Amino acid sequence: MQKEKSWFGKLVENYGLPRMIITLFLLLLLVLCPFVGADLPTQISNIIARFSWNGILVLAMVPMVHSGCGLNFGLPLGIISGLLGATLSIEFGFTGPLSFLAAIAIATPFALIFGTGYGWLLNRIKGGEMMIATYVGFSSVSLMCMMWLILPYHSPNMVWGLSGKGLRTTITLEGYYNQVLANFLKIKIGNFVIPTGSLLFFALLALCIWAFLHTKTGTAMTAVGSNPVFARAAGINVDRIRLLSVIMSTWLAAIGILVYEQGFGFIQLYMAPFYMALPAVSAILIGGATVNKATILNVIIGTILFQGIVTMTPTVMNNIIHTDMSEVIRIIASNGMILYALTRKTEGSK
Amino acid sequence: MNNTSKNTKILSFLRSSSVPILFIIICAVCIPLSGLSANMLFNEITTRMGRNAFLILSLLIPIMAGMGLNFGMTLGAMAGEIALILVSDWQIVGIPGMVLAMILSVPFSILLGLFCGKILNMAKGREMITSYIISYFINGVYLLVVLYMMGSVIPIKHSTIKLPRGYGIRNTVSLLNMRQKLDNLIPLKLNIPGVGIVKIPVMTFIIIAILCLVIVWFRRTKLGQDMRAVGQDMEVARDAGINVERTRIISIVISTVLAGFGMIIYLQNMGNIATYSSHSQIGMFCIAALLVGGASVDKASIGNVFLGVILFHTMFIVAPKAGAAITGDSMIGEYFRVFVSYAVITIALVMYETQKRKAKSQEGAMLAAAQDEGEEEKDS
Amino acid sequence: MSSMNEPLLEMKNISKDFFGNSVLSDINLTLREGEVIGLVGENGAGKSTLMRILFGSTMIHETGGYGGQVILNGKEVHFSSPFDAIAAGIGMVHQEFSLIPGFTTTENILLNREPVKKNLVSDIFGDRLNTLNRAEMDKRASEAIRLMGVDIDKKMVISNMPVGHKQFTEIARELSKEQLRLLILDEPTAVLTEREAEALLASIRGMAERGIAIIFITHRLQEILSVCNRVVVMRDGVVVKDTPADQTDVQQITKWMVGREVAGKAETSVRSHEGAKDILSIEKLWVDMPGETVRNVNLTVKEGEILGIGGLAGQGKLGIPNGIMGLYQAGGRVVFEGKEIPLNAPRKCLDASFAFVSEDRRGVGLLLDESLEWNIAFPAMQIQNKYLKKYLGGLVKWRDEKAIREVTEKYIGELAIRCTSSKQKARELSGGNQQKVCLAKAFALNPRLLFVSEPTRGIDVGAKALVLEALRRFNRESGVTIVMVSSELEELRQSCDRIAIVSGGRIAGILPANASVEDLGELMLSQVK
Repeated sequence: MQKEKSWFGKLVENYGLPRMIITLFLLLLLVLCPFVGADLPTQISNIIARFSWNGILVLAMVPMVHSGCGLNFGLPLGIISGLLGATLSIEFGFTGPLSFLAAIAIATPFALIFGTGYGWLLNRIKGGEMMIATYVGFSSVSLMCMMWLILPYHSPNMVWGLSGKGLRTTITLEGYYNQVLANFLKIKIGNFVIPTGSLLFFALLALCIWAFLHTKTGTAMTAVGSNPVFARAAGINVDRIRLLSVIMSTWLAAIGILVYEQGFGFIQLYMAPFYMALPAVSAILIGGATVNKATILNVIIGTILFQGIVTMTPTVMNNIIHTDMSEVIRIIASNGMILYALTRKTEGSK
Repeated sequence: MNNTSKNTKILSFLRSSSVPILFIIICAVCIPLSGLSANMLFNEITTRMGRNAFLILSLLIPIMAGMGLNFGMTLGAMAGEIALILVSDWQIVGIPGMVLAMILSVPFSILLGLFCGKILNMAKGREMITSYIISYFINGVYLLVVLYMMGSVIPIKHSTIKLPRGYGIRNTVSLLNMRQKLDNLIPLKLNIPGVGIVKIPVMTFIIIAILCLVIVWFRRTKLGQDMRAVGQDMEVARDAGINVERTRIISIVISTVLAGFGMIIYLQNMGNIATYSSHSQIGMFCIAALLVGGASVDKASIGNVFLGVILFHTMFIVAPKAGAAITGDSMIGEYFRVFVSYAVITIALVMYETQKRKAKSQEGAMLAAAQDEGEEEKDS
Repeated sequence: MSSMNEPLLEMKNISKDFFGNSVLSDINLTLREGEVIGLVGENGAGKSTLMRILFGSTMIHETGGYGGQVILNGKEVHFSSPFDAIAAGIGMVHQEFSLIPGFTTTENILLNREPVKKNLVSDIFGDRLNTLNRAEMDKRASEAIRLMGVDIDKKMVISNMPVGHKQFTEIARELSKEQLRLLILDEPTAVLTEREAEALLASIRGMAERGIAIIFITHRLQEILSVCNRVVVMRDGVVVKDTPADQTDVQQITKWMVGREVAGKAETSVRSHEGAKDILSIEKLWVDMPGETVRNVNLTVKEGEILGIGGLAGQGKLGIPNGIMGLYQAGGRVVFEGKEIPLNAPRKCLDASFAFVSEDRRGVGLLLDESLEWNIAFPAMQIQNKYLKKYLGGLVKWRDEKAIREVTEKYIGELAIRCTSSKQKARELSGGNQQKVCLAKAFALNPRLLFVSEPTRGIDVGAKALVLEALRRFNRESGVTIVMVSSELEELRQSCDRIAIVSGGRIAGILPANASVEDLGELMLSQVK
């Protein structure tokens, strides 16, 4: 069976062909950058900034992948917890950096409750997690669409000006927690900007997850994902571990969206969370994760590659062919990546 | 003994038809609230029946082949749209235009269906999530073709359907000269006492009826029988010499082709193509309608299709009005119907997965019971 | 019938090995038209492999083919797939049903061989669009059922049927094949009630009269004697006896099946634990383990002994440890050192210091994609908080990688596990070494009571000896009580003190390990279901 492979073949095998193509594409874009008149430091700053917005949302995939619940297509559920935290924090009158802390504090109980319900459901339908997660996400987003209209919000910064009720689709965070992390220890050299605070915050959470995976419970979580029957035979309460992983993922998603908002500067409500699961899923897959294995490194590489493509293609493509094809490329590349992961035989027993 | 079995029968009937019953209740509550006249309601439902039934029927065959709800039916819808765009550029109008579009959509649909079927064979056991992602993936390809290649690589003559920049298709393509040509081919207006005049799209209904007959016939063919076998147990079917992979691909191809035809019928009724959004929701609404009609992931009948269209679309029509009547905001109803569509699919998927697991836990109970019985016999 | 003609089937000098491991050697078998032979032997004697060769199983080809000749109707044949075998007139009814649950009897009998009618569409698009000819299907199914001689409802859907009828549906399917000349029945009566089994035997006689040759595999020896012309006994991959059925009896066949001439007798080490206290008592245990159902088992284990549990495959011996350890749904009462252990809760058993080495190494026993360190240390870490460093007053329990490596290397040394390092993935090891990892995992728990299920299944001879030796040492040196479940009687006799034999889901009897093979064999077959 063992055939001699060229070094290139081995590299492709270890790194994965699609990931290889995406990396080379990103490198090509970076190389082309100066030739099309785009400013390289600005571009790289953009990538770093977008990495800092999205990193935690991608990190939210890790616990569920580890416990064998598959890719968390139900990310919107966690995002909704975050949105509730954000809007309530503003409604309660918190401003400035404090509003960010308040948002996290308020989002947390929601994330725990939603996560528990979601995890309980996923434990009942083992084997069909991904499809149901998708639709749990969709259902909750559309339910919340109604809620944003009905819930008695009053803050004039958030409700529609005319009717005085119902939240707006976009709410600006100016005066609240816009850039609150990014401005912390910010480094600026010419056009090159590093949002140190955001990166540190991501690093902190990533470190927590890394550390968690080295504890007794974290070890059990990995074992559950690797072989649930083995874990059960070793006395692990598989359902409880899975539940824990879902709660963790949901909470991370809630925090993730708050960090995203502080970078982006706006809260987006209604159908916006709908479209946030797929980019995060494909980012972690591009980073080299599979349906049942993911590491922090996968998160970092994946987010950089994915956000790199998303930010670079419009600029470079626009300059070369004067057409913005970035959206199309993004759709094809990200969904192609998910398809690739789904069609690969999952190794290990299921 | 007899009584209990009767009771369990009633219970299992209630459980299996809980979704339709729930919808009947929703509709019963919402119809009076909406304040819509019976005439308008009947007209709307007849129109929507003609518009959607064909599309929903295209979902039946993959379910028969055990591949679940074909979220990839969107692929067929895209094929239909591409065919219609081309035909309307060639200015072929009316029924001939429709027929040509249908013929034209077939090769596109077959290609996409083959692709989808091949991929799904590589992802056995998670067909639904995969077909769902495929629909997104192909949507990207569709954008590439329609937004960038049409007008630049693929010749498009008429500037009315092109974007001002010279290539790519406009957001809306008018099908004015094809609009409801099929529906009105045989004009019929029924005067139903108490309801008023209801317009019936006779020809569309005839085509739908023919498709139903074809599906009934298809179930009796060798291929239909093979699909049922593959759907129930792939391994047994393979041992019996049935080419499982091929059979599965064929079922997806048929579904895609039918979805392409269905989309053309759908769009002739609408009278225009929303180039970048017509297809995106169609899969979800069709699947939701089918499930509302009482179908499940592994079992669906023609009856489910029609019951589903009636119930789901009644809800669809009355929800915004009823929502506005209750809360004073019409958007609530809009969101409500979207929520209901997703919730229905979620519930159906959850029920399907839990039932798969339930069957297992019953065996143990039987064993314990058998042992107890055995002991009692010994004791007595 | 015409028994003096040329034989229908001749198998000459058949041999087969799996990667150097010989499982069949020099098998000769002849079969004439209308003849019924009973093929008996313990599990692992080679019956299934022989039948697979005859039926053209692809598995045989993938593992390097077979030696010798299969001659059918005087011509040598080489089947590359079961379909070739079927075309040549061989039919086989497997132990596992191959039926479509939602189809009727008729549809299943004619699965993929349905008579069809041509129509306009099929002329254009090909034969698969022919419509089924339901009338003809009914006719053929009725004919097959009539040939079988057992009446079953041809319109009933399989999933609503009692198991017996499913079995008859399978047989009717083979009979509906016109070319059928030779029918292999692999333990067909295992799932039948007594009455159904009677009907089947009558049906076998009927088929034989019509000239169909039958190979009948069963553990119910009485049936063989009542229906077969000849009995062929296999043991350890060779035919040990081929004799007319009317010249033998059940005792004799049993003896042939199990009676190996073993050079070194094992009973040297058999100890009696008469006076020892009962460490574990099992009362009225039932276990719903598919294919290994346990019914109403009562059993006591003495402290310090090695208790063997033997029996034929499918009789429920595997269900006992799996049920007690909570891996399959179970009921009854299990008392360990005076305390009742709740069932269906693996954690409770482990807390009570049980350990279990599963027969399903790859499915249950190992984390294939993780390192040996993880595999060996995991249960002990989770159950007993070993190999952990505690911080913040025990709030954070950090994995102690150094301790994990140390314990792994200790067992790698002790059990001579062959690997590149303690970080190697379990998947990459050979079967024998994987088994040793499973043992190490259990040993690391320092159990009071160890269940070992099929400890030597699928591993080579050298590794076998090492594994058994390790178990014995663990018992002797650490004083651990061991319950060892195995299909290999000889292995049990070598390692155990007492042997309980399971038959038909129940304990058929318990004998000291130095009891004669014949006695043990008789128990094995006593209540076969």
